[in-house]
Amino acid sequence: MMMSTTGWRTLLYKETLRFWKVGFQTVGAPILTAVLYLMVFGHVLEDHVKVYGTVSYTAFLIPGLVMMSVLQNAFANSSSSIIQSKIMGSLVFVLLTPLSHWGWFLAYVGSSIIRGLAVGLGVFVVTIFFAMPDFAAPLWILVFAFLGAAMLGTLGLIAGLWAEKFDQMAMFQNFLIMPMTFLSGVFYSIGSLPPFWQGVSHLNPFFYMIDGFRYGFFGISDTSPWLSFGIVGGAWLIVSAVAVHLLRIGYKIRG
Amino acid sequence: MPAISFQSVCKTYPPSRQQRALGKPGLRAVDDVSFQIEEGEFFGLLGPNGAGKTTLISMLAGLSRPTSGTVSVHGFDVQRDYAQARRHLGIVPQELVFDPFFNVRESLRIQSGYFGIKKNDAWIDELLHSLGLSDKANANLRQLSGGMKRRVLVAQALVHKPQVIVLDEPTAGVDVELRQTLWQFVAKLNKQGSTVLLTTHYLEEAEALCNRIAMLKQGRVIALDRTSELLKSAASNVLRFKTDADLPWAIAQHARITGRIVQLPAQNAHEVEQLLGALRQAGVAVEDVEMRKADLEDVFIDLMAGEQTPLEVAR
Repeated sequence: MMMSTTGWRTLLYKETLRFWKVGFQTVGAPILTAVLYLMVFGHVLEDHVKVYGTVSYTAFLIPGLVMMSVLQNAFANSSSSIIQSKIMGSLVFVLLTPLSHWGWFLAYVGSSIIRGLAVGLGVFVVTIFFAMPDFAAPLWILVFAFLGAAMLGTLGLIAGLWAEKFDQMAMFQNFLIMPMTFLSGVFYSIGSLPPFWQGVSHLNPFFYMIDGFRYGFFGISDTSPWLSFGIVGGAWLIVSAVAVHLLRIGYKIRG
Repeated sequence: MPAISFQSVCKTYPPSRQQRALGKPGLRAVDDVSFQIEEGEFFGLLGPNGAGKTTLISMLAGLSRPTSGTVSVHGFDVQRDYAQARRHLGIVPQELVFDPFFNVRESLRIQSGYFGIKKNDAWIDELLHSLGLSDKANANLRQLSGGMKRRVLVAQALVHKPQVIVLDEPTAGVDVELRQTLWQFVAKLNKQGSTVLLTTHYLEEAEALCNRIAMLKQGRVIALDRTSELLKSAASNVLRFKTDADLPWAIAQHARITGRIVQLPAQNAHEVEQLLGALRQAGVAVEDVEMRKADLEDVFIDLMAGEQTPLEVAR
């Protein structure tokens, strides 16, 4: 048991060290991108939009941008690591070890959570210079940040296993993850949409991550945080079951 | 208990979409292979490209699953008891792969950790020293030459002190110095009790190092015996000469031709006389004529040129 713990913790350490060694690209750049979003959208819309009645648009935008950064970077971490090592052949160093499929899962999703939260924290620290949101329910902030990072880290793992070339990965990222993130209420409250698009938004699991996360700041949200927790938690369990199954059968990594 | 056991192992790759459309079957890369390698053996697995050597090693390593049959390492099934089997195995892959994010020491520490070994620096230092990598310990893998990267691959395979070492064409495209360093080190590990499975295209290396050899052709074992017995099975002598002329077909079909150099099996003086007479009659001028003992390459060529069914020498 001790051996297997050391094994997956080593893979977690290696995956974390991997992104940290290129920190400008993996942590610094996403923080800068989020700040640019805040500056542009905040400046243009600050005087025109009030959300939930009293919240300034810039303050409203901060949790959304933080969560978007958490999600996108958690996904990027596991997906890019696996596709790169598959294509370069270095995945063989992990394939030849006694690590179990659970070990793989914990390590790849764990490092994605670490990167997602590191980038999210960085975005938050920089953006509070523009506006300070409240902390109405801090525990929900932590719960949804963790669940969001875990969910996207797991999806990244699945995408990394499935994709055989960078083009397929770009397709997964740009045609699935990116639209679902952007259309989840990062930049607006779902309540401001026409009823049809509100209904469509409620089918997007990413909406519940951002809505629940935002509830932690403002104590107000479009949906109950408990409902969001149930949906996000349930969705994570489902994608985790898929990811563990794919790792167990060696999907596209063992012939 | 054998160190490695292949029992009735078959591997068929499913047909590609194009092959399916044309009604073609998949590729049978390994066809009913059974043999065992005992503890402490230095075993050679030889065969031309596409014979199934790397497929067999992939199944041993758990990189690929047999379509049927079982593979085990020290009694542990590589599928069912994969963790135990892999702890006994150290595999040097054929491809020159590396992780560009880390330096040599980091790579070796990480590889140790995967096997549950936390503090392994003493053994890592010994590996670095034995493989001539001490001064490269803090160099990033990207900065190393191909030969140096190959040494790191060997160190990574040995970092958890495996009892069975598998070297898949470890000397392909590397310089003489590395070959000698590698063979001295591997021979030392073998003397200390490690089992070694080697695939190589350098038959003189296999002849010098391996106690026992299996030869594969089209996924089947066509010869399996002690190296000395295999050498006896070939013509005991070889007639070697140089010529610029084309050989008559009757002679050419038995010859090993490398540029101007021609080598022909010849058991005794009578056969030598007959061959030289036939060449003279055909107007083929020869020079630098000499006789030498048959080597493993002669055996290999002989077997590979034979029928597709397993030869009698296979056990």
